[in-house]
Amino acid sequence: MAKTTRREALGILGGAAAVGLARPAIAQQPQTVKFVNVVELSGAGVTSGTNWRDGIELAVRELNAAGGILGRRIEVQHLDTASNPGQARALVTRAIDQDPYILFGPVFSGSVMVSMAVAQEARMPQFTGGEATAITAQGNPYIFRTSFSQVQAMPKVAAYLKDQVRAQSVSIIWVNNDFGKGGRDAIMAELQRRGVRVAIDVSTEQNQVDFSSAVLRAKNANADALFVYLNEDESARILREIRRQGYDKPIIGETVLPSQQVIELAGDAANGIRGHVGLTVNAPIPAIQDFSRRFQAAFNRISDHNGIKGFFAVHVVNAVTKRLGRFDRQAFAEAMKNIRITTADAPGVLMDVSYDDKGNLDRDSFLVEVRNGRQEVVAVLPPIGRS
Amino acid sequence: MRTALRIAALVAILAALIVAPQYLRNYGIYLLSLWSLFAIAAMGLNLTLGYAGQMSLAQAAFLGIGAYAVALLVKAGVPFWVGVPLATLVAFAVGLLLGFPALRVQHHYLAFATLGFNVLVYLAIRNEDWLTGGSMGIGQVMGFAGMPRPSIFGYSLRRGIDFYYLCLAMLCLSTLLVWLLLRSPWGRAFAALRDNPVRAESLAIDIRAYTLLAFAIGAGLAGFAGAFYAPLVQLFDPSPFGLLESLSLLLMVVVGGSGRFWGPHIGAALVLLLPHWLQALLPAWLGPPDQWYLFVFGIAVLVLLTWCPGGLLAIPDRLRARAQ
Amino acid sequence: MFADLAQLTISGLATGAIYALAAMGFTLLWQTSSTINFAQGEFVMVPAFIMLGFLGIGMPLIFAFALTLAASALIFGVGFKRAVVDPMIRHGVLPLAIAAMALSLALQQGVKLVFGAEARSVPDILPDGVTRIVGVAVSYRDVGVLVISFVLILGLQLFLARTLTGRAMQASAQNPDGARVLGINVDRMILYTFLANAALASIAALLVTPIYLAKFDLGGPLGLKAFCAAIIGGFNQMHGALAGGLLIGVIENLTGAYFAPQYKDAAALVLFVIVILFKPEGLFGRREERRV
Repeated sequence: MAKTTRREALGILGGAAAVGLARPAIAQQPQTVKFVNVVELSGAGVTSGTNWRDGIELAVRELNAAGGILGRRIEVQHLDTASNPGQARALVTRAIDQDPYILFGPVFSGSVMVSMAVAQEARMPQFTGGEATAITAQGNPYIFRTSFSQVQAMPKVAAYLKDQVRAQSVSIIWVNNDFGKGGRDAIMAELQRRGVRVAIDVSTEQNQVDFSSAVLRAKNANADALFVYLNEDESARILREIRRQGYDKPIIGETVLPSQQVIELAGDAANGIRGHVGLTVNAPIPAIQDFSRRFQAAFNRISDHNGIKGFFAVHVVNAVTKRLGRFDRQAFAEAMKNIRITTADAPGVLMDVSYDDKGNLDRDSFLVEVRNGRQEVVAVLPPIGRS
Repeated sequence: MRTALRIAALVAILAALIVAPQYLRNYGIYLLSLWSLFAIAAMGLNLTLGYAGQMSLAQAAFLGIGAYAVALLVKAGVPFWVGVPLATLVAFAVGLLLGFPALRVQHHYLAFATLGFNVLVYLAIRNEDWLTGGSMGIGQVMGFAGMPRPSIFGYSLRRGIDFYYLCLAMLCLSTLLVWLLLRSPWGRAFAALRDNPVRAESLAIDIRAYTLLAFAIGAGLAGFAGAFYAPLVQLFDPSPFGLLESLSLLLMVVVGGSGRFWGPHIGAALVLLLPHWLQALLPAWLGPPDQWYLFVFGIAVLVLLTWCPGGLLAIPDRLRARAQ
Repeated sequence: MFADLAQLTISGLATGAIYALAAMGFTLLWQTSSTINFAQGEFVMVPAFIMLGFLGIGMPLIFAFALTLAASALIFGVGFKRAVVDPMIRHGVLPLAIAAMALSLALQQGVKLVFGAEARSVPDILPDGVTRIVGVAVSYRDVGVLVISFVLILGLQLFLARTLTGRAMQASAQNPDGARVLGINVDRMILYTFLANAALASIAALLVTPIYLAKFDLGGPLGLKAFCAAIIGGFNQMHGALAGGLLIGVIENLTGAYFAPQYKDAAALVLFVIVILFKPEGLFGRREERRV
């Protein structure tokens, strides 16, 4: 495959001079199956993107060691969107030119939103890490999630805030990008539906360092709890500031805030935060803990939820392809509708999971609390379909 | 004789650009389309910077103004082919306004003022999401398909290759217009302004008018490119119009050769295509190319500029100077 | 109300002091060699990782920092001047500024290659505690950053004004030809400013990374803020950089708290544009002659 891209590049640069070289070679070697992963390997999404990539890498290595998918070795190529939606769209075009079996990524919802139509047009199944609600609301039959959407997760958070934290009013601090904006809109709607007042809603910037004004505003709003929805680095910084200003109300997050990466960066300041996470390596599930050990052995760090998502995505592809018994993208996309995959059937998916007909998934999730610099699971929430 | 040679080279390159898509897949065609549009925007900056000597670091903002203007006009029911001149005009007008600071401050201070302007435009596009869709992109206000590709004389340009030919035609048109402009008395006045403003003034050139015009025409070209960028990518968010992209456009002009007619074309090719080229060509023993290519690209530009600060088109002069 | 204002101001000052440290280097390089160093943020980022590297092999913080200082002086002092600035300086401001941009890209990507793309926490030399003064939470760390920045800037100013070398450096910056006539080794003086810049950037790295976190792309936003601070304060005045940095830090916080948080980043820029338009030499700068 590297050879084809090289030819293509020459073609671009050399124009007519390279006519003979530039004809695209489509033939794929029969004994391999190609994945392309278009994801955030630099820029704001780098933490999510590298975990996602390494999750995919781990799954691919292990599957290849066990003989690949249906006897074919998996070849995976990673392309860096630099967290830039425009580049993501261009790279999805490029990925499709290489005629892969399945497309993975991106993780940032904005990048998914602008690029998914390209994959749809090529009838290419795409596994995304994005959580924006709109991704699966457009009737694209080729897009599949690897985690809850924000409208699936936020009801759980809102219910938790109302019923267990017993908050009658909540302050919200969010990051003003596609990720933060989507989450903020979703939680606002859910809180209002449950009659919980939003005392104040504070926007912050990507790369913001000084959070004193944001925390001060939240503090002065005097709500019963604070909901924080930022990316990893900013979450760590704001937790330090929250502690510094002596804020003493419950601090609640969703997935990122109580994640391992944030805990490591924030140190003691992370203790006491609570929240909902869709996936965590601390889940009381042996398969996930075993995954976590293998991930750590391979990459020398602890996986976050995005690592699990990437790993999971490859195993869904493996499980569904095995059921089909052949490599057929159209059949794959159809087989994904309303599918249920159990760990008995495919251990690699780590938890029983079911998909609806739009690409949304459903499974258990977790309530966690950070104690002594560790994320601890305090409760397992059943899938939405059964709750 | 030299002129004939040049014309022959031009025709050959144009012919290559016309047949190239036959041998490329979608991504290659997309890159060539992108190159055409960025070359137009870079030509605008070259006019402002290279010919008139006014530092501007806001070219990407004008690209964005053009893109958002045409998208919002089309959304409001204005036909695309009416939207394009209107969007160009909007960018031209804003450029004229931005030119006023240039009457007060010069050189690097001017660059800094325009830099501030670029970030403000970016923040406004992102924050006013009722109008622009904000960080979730234009799809929020235009529908999930985004900006539709236009038709011309009833022939739809929906396919990437057809749209590429439109972009290429626009590049040729802009190139011709800029060439005519530079040959006109205006063009000579721009150069006089750059080389010696005081002398230009004494030659009865209205410095104020020409400074403003240099800005406005440069901005207008970027707006024009932006009006085609919108249907090229169809869905976009504010990120391609930030400060980094303005710096990247500046890089195109300087790397190609600031103040040289073909500088923007060559610079845009290098800046847009070299990273992708590197991704494909870096030897595998270095490690995964997706991790290396930007590093190599940065070093390459650094080496080029330290060795030949005049840009790629100054290399022949440089070699000649060395030979003597 | 008062307590809030005080709280915001103090946090803003501490953040601003960090901008000021990076901004001072900008000013130094501009004064002596017309270098608009778009890689200034990376000059802070890279030493942070060098230090992490030394800490990684078990070195105590103080030694690690000393070695970092030396390495940074070598790379960003001597190396940067000889390899990038010297060959380009006579071709004008623009190519050099662009070359600095390319350098910043290469440095970011290089660090990403070696250390990976994830943020890392860095040990703090400043005490981690908070004291309450009339209801305002003041952290020792903020006070420490402020004090160190002030001492550094004051010290540098004294050095420039009072010592022979300092005066020679100033003379070289203001009138290189005149300085040469007086027998000053101008090139050496310029090298000193590059060394000073590298040292300041390393100290900034030591102070900021415990809060900013060490990450390959931390230089971008920091560099931009430092740049604004340098302009607002006056590109040709050391204490201007300090004042500009502090001003930005405070204004950002006040905008975030009392005006519109989504335009927090715009506050500094609006001030920046106003300053350029109406007092381009900066709030505290000297007017530069317009050359023909």
